[in-house]
Formats: sequence, structure tokens, C-alpha cells
Amino acid sequence: MPDKRQPVVELVHLSRTFEQRGMLVKAVDDVTLAVNEGEVVCLVGESGCGKTTTGKMIAGLIRPSGGEIRYNGQDIWRMDAAQFRKYRMAVQLIHQDPYASLNPAHSVFRILSAPLLEHKIASNPQAARDRVRELLMMVDLTPPDDFLDKYPHQLSGGQRQRVSVARALTVVPSVIVADEAVSMVDVSIRVSLLNTLRKLKERLGVTYVFITHDLAVAKHFAWEGRVAVMYLGRMVEVAHTPQLVNHPQHPYTQALLSAIPEPDPRITRTKERVQLRSLDVPSLLNLPPGCSFHPRCPRFEAGLCDVMVPELMEVGTATRVACHVVTREAAHALRDGHTTSLPPAAP
Amino acid sequence: MMQAQAFYARQPSFLQSLSQTLKLLARNKVGFAGFLGVLFFVFFALVLPIFVPIDNQTRMDKIYAPASWDHLLGTDFQGRDVFSQLVHGGREVLVIAFVTGAITTFLAVVFGSLSAVLGGWVDSFIMSLADLWLAIPQFPVLAVLASLVKLNNVILLALLLSLLSWPTLTRAIRSQVLSLRQRDYVEAARSLGLSTRHIIFNEIMPNMMSYIAISLIFAMTAAVYAQAGLAFLGLISFSDNNSWGVTIQLAWTKGAIFFRDSFLYIMAPVLAIALFQLSLVSFTRSLEEVFNPRLRTGV
Repeated sequence: MPDKRQPVVELVHLSRTFEQRGMLVKAVDDVTLAVNEGEVVCLVGESGCGKTTTGKMIAGLIRPSGGEIRYNGQDIWRMDAAQFRKYRMAVQLIHQDPYASLNPAHSVFRILSAPLLEHKIASNPQAARDRVRELLMMVDLTPPDDFLDKYPHQLSGGQRQRVSVARALTVVPSVIVADEAVSMVDVSIRVSLLNTLRKLKERLGVTYVFITHDLAVAKHFAWEGRVAVMYLGRMVEVAHTPQLVNHPQHPYTQALLSAIPEPDPRITRTKERVQLRSLDVPSLLNLPPGCSFHPRCPRFEAGLCDVMVPELMEVGTATRVACHVVTREAAHALRDGHTTSLPPAAP
Repeated sequence: MMQAQAFYARQPSFLQSLSQTLKLLARNKVGFAGFLGVLFFVFFALVLPIFVPIDNQTRMDKIYAPASWDHLLGTDFQGRDVFSQLVHGGREVLVIAFVTGAITTFLAVVFGSLSAVLGGWVDSFIMSLADLWLAIPQFPVLAVLASLVKLNNVILLALLLSLLSWPTLTRAIRSQVLSLRQRDYVEAARSLGLSTRHIIFNEIMPNMMSYIAISLIFAMTAAVYAQAGLAFLGLISFSDNNSWGVTIQLAWTKGAIFFRDSFLYIMAPVLAIALFQLSLVSFTRSLEEVFNPRLRTGV
């Protein structure tokens, strides 16, 4: 069912280009997405597809070169300084690398108490200490007193990542952008870290923008939410997670899903894979014309896909796809009254 | 108030942190020897002059006397006690070294971090200025300046030396800050709405402390050589005409090198300078340990 909740953060035709050796690199190109309150949205894609840039733009750390980010309807880069500061605090980023995201010179207590004291969330060091204890318990670092005086180098990767999460929580954010937050953590603790993040969502009602290259993690973490698939800076498909996993529309999404290895090798061996026409990802410096996926796409149609850039179109309930072929088929199906795998689009 | 006390009760007391720092200093043998050497010279140059009277009396019968119990290091061309001169000649060396080092480091930290953090035209301006400054040969400039201005004031000389030596360190600090400000934890601090002041002093600086401390030491050694060189050339002199550099210059010009018995006279200030420098440089080894957070706990 379509979401009736209010969008917290809206990305409207968001773009970002970087200049590299005199060449313009389109890291993020025309991304439109509304993140609703209390929702989990996963950004999925290969490395270099612009997930992290998008995440940093959402966190207000990189300025977009085109389009806008709206927070409760207001463009964040047109806010005054005080409002913008508030926005930045309301949206917290959790970095990928737990070994680089904590200051090695400070103890856990100092890392967590600095924002509390700076923003007068805690009025004195003792109150800060109590609050830090609570935060450590929230991220399952128990007993908290064991961690207060530890330095980052004395903690494991998973523990550090939990401290990063606790640090993000100090300023009571409404949105957390988790940038590959579990990808550098050992597989054995990945699930428990994901569960901690889910628990926080239920307890604090945080909205998540969860960036990952791992569809399996997206499936686990955002089953009730939505997944947005990105390819070379553009969004190619957005759908509710079960819909996307069970009925992927875009050929790229289909290829990604078919590439997930199954625990059972017999299934993996016999699993039908989408046959790509090329295995090379084009360079961002030299993007193919038209749909940037066309040189690899199994459903490529000459004269259409290599000429026109496909727009993100609604093809079913809350599913949007950027593919000429898929949208045409959906339109035909709708016209002919055929029942397809998708329920017809809502009028 | 009570709550504040409860909080600070957990913080280590001054004596505890002092003993911890000493333990860290002692981790590196060479560094600790350097530390003791620096302490010795501080004692030698600043405390010992209180007990050893300055000897300005000319003794015609004792010119270039060899070492004896009366004159531990012999006497100079006027028959004055060399040891007394050595004791009283260290103060200027140490004070100039420390003041120059401190001013140089301060200028470099301020300009370097401003340059890196603000960027844009501030960065271009400071860096062009540094480039220009670096292109000027420092020692000849000092020599020329010394002939124009009477450089007998310790603080004035220190100021001049640091004005000439800030660019190198500024560039180094700038590149350090440029690298550190890209770290994820600095980005996180920005995201948490922490102030620029907090980011510079609490997030970036603590990770540069060992670097800054070591740079301070090297700025000090450079200042020692610069002033010894100027004194040796006879371009600077101090109120009581006594400093290790001045002693070397006098020994040299008054012909001490031609007397076998005055070997100690000419070598004493040379050795004092060399040993002081050696202590400073070895001390940097221990400084690395003191500022390394990995070693701060669990000692």
C-alpha cells in the first residue's frame, strides 16, 4: 500500500559532479527519492555508483551541484545557519570504517560527552556521564562502565561501530544515514549489529537511510522498507523490499539478485543467472549515451536504449523503474488488460 | 559542585598523571637519557649560576692556566675561570632556544592550521608569503640585520630568529592539518554540530601533539645553532658579554687555539652546545611515546 506517512527528507533531482583532472565526473545524477518518517530506505549498488555521495549529501556534508534536498519541505541549502546546524544534527551519518571514524586521541567517554556538553544536552559532566552510560547500553555495550575509559584502539571493530552509533545518537537524530555501516565488521557480528540498529528504530522511531552494496543485508535490514537500486549515479529501481526481491523489474536489479550466492551450493550451481552482455562497468568519466546500463543489458534495444536516457517511471504500486523496455511492457499490459506479475498501477 | 567533584574524582590526580608521564618517558632509554640531559642543562644554566659567582677578575698570573681544583676547566686569556663562564653562559642559550622554539611553533600552528582550515585566498596568501620567506637565505639576512640592529636583547633576538624560521614548520603543520581534517571523525564532528574551534583544538590538534612537540624541539636546536653562529661571527653580544657562543668566539679570536693548556677552555662551550643539542634531539624519542594515545593507558 502506498505510504501515507510524511516524507522527512526529499531528494529532488539531486545531482553532484566532481571535477577530476579537468574532467567532470557525474557521481550522482538526477536522483529523486522521498524518505518517509520512520521508514527504512536502502540504497543499493556497486561501488562507485554514488551511494556514499548521496548519503553525504543527505547528511548535509557535501553540497549538491544540482537539485535540492528538502527537510520537512524546506531546501536545506537555503536554510539560515542556525536551521542548517539543526538539520545537520537531525541527520547523522555512520561511517563505513570503524577504524577511522573515532578519534584515536580520545576515550569513549570523551567522544560521547563532547556533543552532549557542547549542545548543553547534558548540563554538567556528571549528567553527561549518566547519559553516556545510557547510550552505551542502548547500543548493547554492557556493562557501560567497562567502556567509558577505553580508547578506540582497545575496542574491536564491532564495538567501535557501536560507539559510532552511540555518538550519532547523542544529538537525538531523526534520520540516520548508515553508510555501509556493517560491511567492515566481521560477518559473525554483523547480524547482531544490524539487530541493534533495528532495535533503535523501534525504540526511538529513527528513520534509516541504509547504504549497502550487499542486497542480502538490505533484505535482512529493510524487509518492511524500500530498496532503491543505483547504477552509475542514477537510480534505476525503487520498490518495497519484498516486491523488489520477488519481482525485480529492472534488468540490472534482476542481475544483482541472481548473483546473490545461496548458502546451498547445489542451488547456487543450478540457479539461473541473468546473462549480461558485458561484465565491465563503464567508467564514470566516459558514461555510455542513453541508458548507462545498455552496453551490459540483456534486454538492450538498439535505437532506443542507447539514445534516450530512461526516466524513473511508476510501473506498479509504489514501484518505479528507469527502463524503456520495462515501462513499455507495463504500459502495454495495462492497455491490453493483461494481468502481469505486477498489480496494475493505481490511477 | 558535589557532582563536579564526583566527576573529577575519577580523573587521575596531578601526581598520578605526573608519574604516568614519567613512566612513558622512561619507556625509551635514549629518550629518557635525553630528558635527563635537558633537565641537567636547565639546572646547569638556570640554577647553578645562583651558587657559582661570576668571575670577571683579570689575573695576569693565571692566563691560560690548565685545569686545577681552583679552576675546574682552567682559565681564559684574562685569567678568568672558564667554569664560571660556562655556568653563566648557558642562560641566554636556553632562553633564546626556548622562546624562539615557542614563538616559531605558535606562529606555525596558527598560520598552518588557518591556512588548511580556511583555504581559499587565506591559504594562497599564507603559502605565498611562506614561499617568499623560504627563498630568502636566512643566515646572511640575520648577519645583515645584526649589523644594523644591536642584537643584545634576548627576547628581540628570539623574536627575530622565529620570524625567520616559521615558514618551514608552517608548511609542515598545514599539510598535517589538511590530512587530518579529511578524517571521518572530523566529518562526524561537523555533522554533530561541533564548533570549528572544537574541531581544531579537540579533534585535530591532539593527533598532532607529538608532531608539534618534536617540531618545537627542532626549532629550539635550530635557534641554538643560529645564535651560536651569530655570536661566533661576533655579530651579537649580550649584556655581560657571556654566552657559550661568545665564549667560543673569544677563545677563537684571542688565540686560545695556540695554547695546549687551553684545550678545555675552547672545547667546554663547544661540548656544552653539542651535548645540549644531543639531549634535545634524543628527548624527541620519548615525546613520541608521551603523546601516543595507545600508550597512555595500561602502563
